[in-house]
Amino acid sequence: MGKRELSPINAGSMADIAFLLLIFFLITTTMDVDTGLQRRLPRLPDEDQQEDTSDKIKERNVFVVLINKNDELLVENKPMDIHQLRQKAKDFIANPNNAENLPEKEIKELPFFGSVYITKNPVISLRNDRGTSYGMYIRVQNELVAAKQELRDEISIQQFGEKFDELTEDQTEAVKHYYPSVLSEAEPKNIGGK
Amino acid sequence: MSRFSKKGKKGVGEINTASLPDIVFMLLFFFMTTTVMKEVNLMITVKVPDATEARKLEKKSLVSYIYMGQPLRSFQQMFGTEPRIQLNDQFRDVADIVDFIAQERDAMDENDRNKMTVSLKIDADTRMGTVIDVKQSLRRAQALKISYSARKVEEL
Repeated sequence: MGKRELSPINAGSMADIAFLLLIFFLITTTMDVDTGLQRRLPRLPDEDQQEDTSDKIKERNVFVVLINKNDELLVENKPMDIHQLRQKAKDFIANPNNAENLPEKEIKELPFFGSVYITKNPVISLRNDRGTSYGMYIRVQNELVAAKQELRDEISIQQFGEKFDELTEDQTEAVKHYYPSVLSEAEPKNIGGK
Repeated sequence: MSRFSKKGKKGVGEINTASLPDIVFMLLFFFMTTTVMKEVNLMITVKVPDATEARKLEKKSLVSYIYMGQPLRSFQQMFGTEPRIQLNDQFRDVADIVDFIAQERDAMDENDRNKMTVSLKIDADTRMGTVIDVKQSLRRAQALKISYSARKVEEL
């Protein structure tokens, strides 16, 4: 007779309990993804390697961007508004008209592209003051990254009919050689006092 | 009107809700496994700058975070209003970063150590001076892959 008294447990409220837990996890979940500008810092120079090789880079191959403590820009020794920076940087990296004061060009053999006439090791050097605001620094970085990205997109569309991000791995590699990553995180130097 | 009267209702039976708990449990387990509990209690205000070129950071397990910004008001009496560095749950100095990176690296799988990324979550109003110091100690700690954390926007 004892067996009969074991009535089945009412599972009707199971759904309610589960819902409660579900809602708890729903609201505590943070789905935010971290986004950012990804960069690679240069290695620290070795102790015995004191000689600075950067001096050997010709001046026309370097695009100097200075930001002072008042967040003002000095690009190639001329004050400039941030909105002009992207175009200027694009002109520098590509040097479409083979101008005298922009980077040297050379003929290079690239997969997919064949032999192309591209700039030879252009370098963008970004220097800032200790008093520069971080927000401004990121804005300038953003403009310079955008300049590179736009150039890569242009050439990708021209060559493959697709944007840079949609290319295959081999194609990406070729385009990266066409327009290399040029931003250098310069050794900090104090410019313009504090 | 007989359409709405109860007597007319004959064909539509009750929906069987027996499988409802199963469905809910499934959802529950999904959220339980994907949830990342907030790891740090921020003691500083960090409003990262905006950028159009910001990219998503892959693989959260490979990312370590360094926060920098002005201490929250409740901490200002103790720590002042100058931007401070926060590592995990404590205020730290630039000098502690090398140790912090070594510690984070030790906690990682051996194969992943060289893929470690440091995400710098820095308030937009911070001066570059401290940021430079942080970057220099990251170089000293051989943590060269960094990401300047920024909010992705379509246009600045």
